[in-house]
Amino acid sequence: MTGPVAADEKLRRFVDSFLLGIPHIKALGIRYRGHGRGWAELELPYADHLVAYPDAAHPDGGIVASGAVLTLMDSVGGFSVMTGANKLQPLATLDLRLDYLRPATPGESVIGRSEVHKLTRSVAFVRGVAHNGDPARPIAHMTGTFMFTAGAAQ
Amino acid sequence: MSFASLAEELRNGPSSGTLAALPYAAYLGLHYAVHGRELVLSMPFAESLVGQPFPPRLHGGTVAGLLEITATATLLLRLPRDEPLPQVKPVTVTVDYLRAGQPQDTFAAAHVNRLGRRIANLSVIAWQEDRDRPIAAAHMNIMLDRD
Repeated sequence: MTGPVAADEKLRRFVDSFLLGIPHIKALGIRYRGHGRGWAELELPYADHLVAYPDAAHPDGGIVASGAVLTLMDSVGGFSVMTGANKLQPLATLDLRLDYLRPATPGESVIGRSEVHKLTRSVAFVRGVAHNGDPARPIAHMTGTFMFTAGAAQ
Repeated sequence: MSFASLAEELRNGPSSGTLAALPYAAYLGLHYAVHGRELVLSMPFAESLVGQPFPPRLHGGTVAGLLEITATATLLLRLPRDEPLPQVKPVTVTVDYLRAGQPQDTFAAAHVNRLGRRIANLSVIAWQEDRDRPIAAAHMNIMLDRD
Protein backbone atom coordinates (compact mmCIF):
# COMPACT_ATOMS: atom_id res chain seq x y z
CA MET A 1 0.00 0.00 0.00
CA THR A 2 1.41 3.38 -0.95
CA GLY A 3 1.00 6.56 1.04
CA PRO A 4 -1.95 8.92 0.88
CA VAL A 5 -2.63 10.64 -2.42
CA ALA A 6 -3.65 14.28 -2.10
CA ALA A 7 -7.19 14.64 -3.34
CA ASP A 8 -6.91 17.53 -5.74
CA GLU A 9 -9.99 19.39 -6.87
CA LYS A 10 -10.10 17.78 -10.32
CA LEU A 11 -10.01 14.26 -8.89
CA ARG A 12 -12.60 15.19 -6.28
CA ARG A 13 -14.93 16.46 -8.99
CA PHE A 14 -14.43 13.28 -11.05
CA VAL A 15 -15.19 10.97 -8.12
CA ASP A 16 -18.11 13.11 -6.97
CA SER A 17 -19.65 12.94 -10.45
CA PHE A 18 -19.15 9.15 -10.46
CA LEU A 19 -20.89 8.94 -7.07
CA LEU A 20 -23.74 11.17 -8.28
CA GLY A 21 -24.37 8.60 -11.02
CA ILE A 22 -25.43 6.15 -8.31
CA PRO A 23 -29.01 7.11 -7.38
CA HIS A 24 -29.01 5.96 -3.75
CA ILE A 25 -25.66 7.60 -3.02
CA LYS A 26 -26.91 10.80 -4.61
CA ALA A 27 -30.16 10.55 -2.63
CA LEU A 28 -28.31 10.22 0.68
CA GLY A 29 -25.94 13.05 -0.27
CA ILE A 30 -22.83 10.90 0.26
CA ARG A 31 -19.70 12.81 -0.78
CA TYR A 32 -16.12 11.98 -1.65
CA ARG A 33 -13.47 12.77 0.97
CA GLY A 34 -10.32 11.09 -0.25
CA HIS A 35 -8.67 7.92 -1.38
CA GLY A 36 -5.32 6.29 -2.01
CA ARG A 37 -4.19 2.86 -3.10
CA GLY A 38 -6.30 0.45 -1.06
CA TRP A 39 -8.18 2.98 1.03
CA ALA A 40 -11.07 5.38 0.59
CA GLU A 41 -13.12 7.86 2.62
CA LEU A 42 -16.68 9.06 2.05
CA GLU A 43 -18.85 11.40 4.08
CA LEU A 44 -22.55 11.21 4.88
CA PRO A 45 -23.78 14.73 5.71
CA TYR A 46 -26.30 14.97 8.53
CA ALA A 47 -29.92 15.22 7.41
CA ASP A 48 -33.18 15.15 9.35
CA HIS A 49 -34.69 12.46 7.11
CA LEU A 50 -31.87 10.03 7.94
CA VAL A 51 -32.53 9.82 11.67
CA ALA A 52 -34.00 6.72 13.28
CA TYR A 53 -36.25 8.49 15.81
CA PRO A 54 -37.17 12.16 15.45
CA ASP A 55 -38.23 13.03 18.98
CA ALA A 56 -35.69 14.82 21.12
CA ALA A 57 -37.06 13.11 24.24
CA HIS A 58 -35.91 9.70 23.00
CA PRO A 59 -32.36 8.91 24.17
CA ASP A 60 -31.49 8.19 20.54
CA GLY A 61 -33.59 11.04 19.14
CA GLY A 62 -31.91 12.77 16.21
CA ILE A 63 -29.30 10.07 15.74
CA VAL A 64 -28.58 8.95 12.18
CA ALA A 65 -30.20 5.54 11.58
CA SER A 66 -27.79 2.64 11.72
CA GLY A 67 -29.05 1.58 8.28
CA ALA A 68 -27.80 4.84 6.76
CA VAL A 69 -24.39 4.29 8.38
CA LEU A 70 -24.43 0.80 6.90
CA THR A 71 -25.09 2.22 3.43
CA LEU A 72 -22.15 4.59 3.86
CA MET A 73 -19.86 1.74 4.95
CA ASP A 74 -21.00 -0.59 2.15
CA SER A 75 -20.33 2.20 -0.36
CA VAL A 76 -16.92 3.14 1.01
CA GLY A 77 -15.97 -0.54 1.34
CA GLY A 78 -16.66 -1.11 -2.35
CA PHE A 79 -14.85 2.12 -3.25
CA SER A 80 -11.76 1.03 -1.30
CA VAL A 81 -11.74 -2.31 -3.15
CA MET A 82 -11.69 -0.41 -6.45
CA THR A 83 -8.74 1.66 -5.28
CA GLY A 84 -6.99 -1.52 -4.10
CA ALA A 85 -7.57 -3.28 -7.41
CA ASN A 86 -6.82 0.02 -9.16
CA LYS A 87 -9.71 -0.28 -11.58
CA LEU A 88 -13.43 0.28 -11.80
CA GLN A 89 -14.96 -3.15 -12.05
CA PRO A 90 -18.25 -4.68 -11.02
CA LEU A 91 -18.36 -5.77 -7.40
CA ALA A 92 -20.85 -7.50 -5.18
CA THR A 93 -20.87 -7.34 -1.41
CA LEU A 94 -20.69 -10.87 0.00
CA ASP A 95 -21.08 -9.90 3.61
CA LEU A 96 -20.79 -6.87 5.81
CA ARG A 97 -20.63 -6.71 9.59
CA LEU A 98 -21.01 -3.59 11.67
CA ASP A 99 -20.24 -3.29 15.36
CA TYR A 100 -22.11 -0.26 16.71
CA LEU A 101 -19.75 1.16 19.32
CA ARG A 102 -21.57 4.36 20.22
CA PRO A 103 -24.43 6.44 18.82
CA ALA A 104 -23.55 8.96 16.12
CA THR A 105 -23.56 12.56 17.32
CA PRO A 106 -26.79 14.35 16.24
CA GLY A 107 -26.16 17.12 13.73
CA GLU A 108 -22.73 15.90 12.62
CA SER A 109 -21.59 14.26 9.40
CA VAL A 110 -20.62 10.62 9.53
CA ILE A 111 -17.28 9.85 7.91
CA GLY A 112 -16.58 6.36 6.66
CA ARG A 113 -13.11 5.03 5.98
CA SER A 114 -12.30 1.62 4.57
CA GLU A 115 -9.03 -0.18 3.90
CA VAL A 116 -8.42 -3.31 1.90
CA HIS A 117 -6.33 -5.73 3.92
CA LYS A 118 -6.33 -8.66 1.52
CA LEU A 119 -7.00 -8.79 -2.19
CA THR A 120 -7.26 -12.10 -4.04
CA ARG A 121 -8.21 -12.71 -7.65
CA SER A 122 -11.89 -12.97 -6.81
CA VAL A 123 -12.41 -11.72 -3.24
CA ALA A 124 -11.38 -8.58 -1.36
CA PHE A 125 -11.37 -8.33 2.45
CA VAL A 126 -11.86 -4.89 3.96
CA ARG A 127 -11.97 -3.25 7.37
CA GLY A 128 -13.39 0.14 8.10
CA VAL A 129 -14.45 2.63 10.68
CA ALA A 130 -17.27 5.20 10.89
CA HIS A 131 -16.73 8.31 13.00
CA ASN A 132 -17.85 11.93 13.43
CA GLY A 133 -14.48 13.49 12.61
CA ASP A 134 -12.27 11.88 15.22
CA PRO A 135 -11.27 8.33 14.18
CA ALA A 136 -10.22 7.70 17.79
CA ARG A 137 -13.91 7.95 18.76
CA PRO A 138 -15.47 5.48 16.33
CA ILE A 139 -19.22 5.10 15.89
CA ALA A 140 -18.85 1.71 14.25
CA HIS A 141 -16.31 -0.81 13.07
CA MET A 142 -16.93 -2.54 9.78
CA THR A 143 -15.66 -5.82 8.34
CA GLY A 144 -16.64 -6.78 4.83
CA THR A 145 -15.91 -9.07 1.93
CA PHE A 146 -16.51 -8.15 -1.68
CA MET A 147 -16.43 -10.29 -4.79
CA PHE A 148 -15.44 -9.28 -8.29
CA THR A 149 -18.38 -10.15 -10.50
CA ALA A 150 -17.06 -9.38 -13.99
CA GLY A 151 -18.12 -12.22 -16.26
CA ALA A 152 -20.09 -13.96 -13.51
CA ALA A 153 -23.80 -14.61 -13.83
CA GLN A 154 -25.62 -12.53 -11.22
CA MET B 1 -43.67 9.45 16.92
CA SER B 2 -41.82 8.01 19.83
CA PHE B 3 -40.44 4.54 20.06
CA ALA B 4 -43.21 3.65 22.52
CA SER B 5 -45.91 4.83 20.16
CA LEU B 6 -44.35 2.77 17.35
CA ALA B 7 -44.59 -0.26 19.61
CA GLU B 8 -48.17 0.70 20.42
CA GLU B 9 -49.04 1.06 16.75
CA LEU B 10 -47.50 -2.29 15.83
CA ARG B 11 -49.22 -4.07 18.70
CA ASN B 12 -52.65 -2.47 18.68
CA GLY B 13 -52.95 -0.41 15.53
CA PRO B 14 -54.21 -1.46 12.13
CA SER B 15 -52.65 -4.65 10.79
CA SER B 16 -50.90 -2.74 8.02
CA GLY B 17 -49.63 0.72 7.29
CA THR B 18 -46.56 2.80 6.62
CA LEU B 19 -43.70 3.59 8.97
CA ALA B 20 -44.11 7.22 8.01
CA ALA B 21 -43.26 8.61 11.43
CA LEU B 22 -39.75 7.13 11.53
CA PRO B 23 -37.72 9.40 9.26
CA TYR B 24 -35.26 6.86 7.86
CA ALA B 25 -37.93 4.15 7.49
CA ALA B 26 -40.14 6.69 5.72
CA TYR B 27 -37.24 7.69 3.52
CA LEU B 28 -36.89 4.06 2.41
CA GLY B 29 -40.68 4.05 1.86
CA LEU B 30 -41.28 1.13 4.21
CA HIS B 31 -44.71 -0.43 4.81
CA TYR B 32 -45.63 -3.01 7.40
CA ALA B 33 -48.22 -5.76 7.56
CA VAL B 34 -48.95 -8.05 10.49
CA HIS B 35 -49.96 -11.59 9.46
CA GLY B 36 -50.93 -13.46 12.60
CA ARG B 37 -47.78 -13.43 14.72
CA GLU B 38 -45.54 -12.43 11.86
CA LEU B 39 -44.57 -8.94 10.85
CA VAL B 40 -43.62 -8.43 7.19
CA LEU B 41 -42.05 -5.16 6.09
CA SER B 42 -41.97 -4.14 2.46
CA MET B 43 -39.82 -1.68 0.55
CA PRO B 44 -41.52 -0.69 -2.72
CA PHE B 45 -39.05 -0.17 -5.54
CA ALA B 46 -38.00 3.42 -6.13
CA GLU B 47 -35.32 4.88 -8.38
CA SER B 48 -33.63 6.47 -5.35
CA LEU B 49 -32.84 3.00 -3.92
CA VAL B 50 -30.61 2.02 -6.84
CA GLY B 51 -26.94 1.40 -6.13
CA GLN B 52 -25.83 0.23 -9.54
CA PRO B 53 -27.49 1.95 -12.49
CA PHE B 54 -26.64 -0.38 -15.41
CA PRO B 55 -28.32 -2.79 -15.07
CA PRO B 56 -30.30 -1.34 -12.15
CA ARG B 57 -29.76 -3.13 -8.85
CA LEU B 58 -30.76 -2.08 -5.33
CA HIS B 59 -28.03 -0.55 -3.19
CA GLY B 60 -27.01 -3.13 -0.60
CA GLY B 61 -27.38 -0.50 2.08
CA THR B 62 -31.11 -0.11 1.38
CA VAL B 63 -31.64 -3.85 1.84
CA ALA B 64 -29.55 -3.78 5.04
CA GLY B 65 -31.64 -0.86 6.32
CA LEU B 66 -34.84 -2.82 5.61
CA LEU B 67 -33.40 -5.87 7.42
CA GLU B 68 -32.38 -3.83 10.48
CA ILE B 69 -35.71 -2.06 10.81
CA THR B 70 -37.58 -5.36 10.32
CA ALA B 71 -35.55 -6.98 13.11
CA THR B 72 -36.09 -4.05 15.48
CA ALA B 73 -39.82 -3.81 14.78
CA THR B 74 -40.26 -7.59 15.19
CA LEU B 75 -38.49 -7.39 18.53
CA LEU B 76 -40.88 -4.61 19.64
CA LEU B 77 -43.82 -6.81 18.75
CA ARG B 78 -42.40 -9.73 20.78
CA LEU B 79 -41.55 -7.85 23.98
CA PRO B 80 -43.90 -8.71 26.85
CA ARG B 81 -46.75 -6.24 26.95
CA ASP B 82 -46.94 -6.19 30.72
CA GLU B 83 -43.41 -4.84 31.17
CA PRO B 84 -42.09 -1.31 30.62
CA LEU B 85 -40.70 -0.92 27.13
CA PRO B 86 -36.88 -0.99 27.18
CA GLN B 87 -34.77 1.17 24.90
CA VAL B 88 -33.39 -1.00 22.11
CA LYS B 89 -30.00 -0.35 20.56
CA PRO B 90 -28.28 -2.28 17.78
CA VAL B 91 -24.98 -3.82 18.91
CA THR B 92 -23.92 -5.87 15.89
CA VAL B 93 -25.41 -6.60 12.50
CA THR B 94 -24.03 -9.04 9.95
CA VAL B 95 -25.54 -9.03 6.49
CA ASP B 96 -25.01 -11.77 3.90
CA TYR B 97 -25.87 -10.72 0.39
CA LEU B 98 -27.24 -13.75 -1.44
CA ARG B 99 -28.56 -12.39 -4.72
CA ALA B 100 -28.53 -9.06 -6.52
CA GLY B 101 -31.50 -6.89 -5.56
CA GLN B 102 -33.64 -6.47 -8.68
CA PRO B 103 -35.54 -3.23 -9.33
CA GLN B 104 -38.64 -4.69 -7.66
CA ASP B 105 -40.46 -4.55 -4.34
CA THR B 106 -38.56 -6.20 -1.48
CA PHE B 107 -39.98 -7.88 1.62
CA ALA B 108 -38.45 -8.86 4.94
CA ALA B 109 -39.39 -10.85 8.03
CA ALA B 110 -37.44 -11.64 11.19
CA HIS B 111 -37.26 -14.44 13.71
CA VAL B 112 -36.33 -13.90 17.35
CA ASN B 113 -33.74 -16.58 18.16
CA ARG B 114 -33.37 -15.54 21.76
CA LEU B 115 -35.01 -12.86 23.84
CA GLY B 116 -32.91 -12.37 26.96
CA ARG B 117 -33.01 -9.73 29.65
CA ARG B 118 -30.21 -7.68 28.11
CA ILE B 119 -29.67 -8.98 24.59
CA ALA B 120 -31.99 -10.15 21.85
CA ASN B 121 -30.65 -12.15 18.91
CA LEU B 122 -32.63 -12.13 15.67
CA SER B 123 -32.36 -13.61 12.18
CA VAL B 124 -33.94 -11.76 9.32
CA ILE B 125 -34.29 -12.40 5.60
CA ALA B 126 -35.22 -10.25 2.63
CA TRP B 127 -36.79 -11.57 -0.55
CA GLN B 128 -38.44 -10.31 -3.70
CA GLU B 129 -40.65 -12.55 -5.85
CA ASP B 130 -40.00 -15.80 -4.01
CA ARG B 131 -39.56 -16.08 -0.25
CA ASP B 132 -37.60 -19.31 -0.77
CA ARG B 133 -35.03 -17.38 -2.78
CA PRO B 134 -33.89 -14.69 -0.33
CA ILE B 135 -31.73 -11.85 -1.63
CA ALA B 136 -30.12 -11.16 1.75
CA ALA B 137 -30.00 -12.57 5.26
CA ALA B 138 -28.81 -10.94 8.45
CA HIS B 139 -28.42 -11.64 12.10
CA MET B 140 -28.45 -8.96 14.74
CA ASN B 141 -27.70 -8.56 18.40
CA ILE B 142 -29.83 -5.84 19.93
CA MET B 143 -29.31 -4.51 23.44
CA LEU B 144 -32.31 -4.01 25.70
CA ASP B 145 -31.71 -1.10 28.03
CA ARG B 146 -34.06 -1.41 31.01
CA ASP B 147 -33.26 1.42 33.37
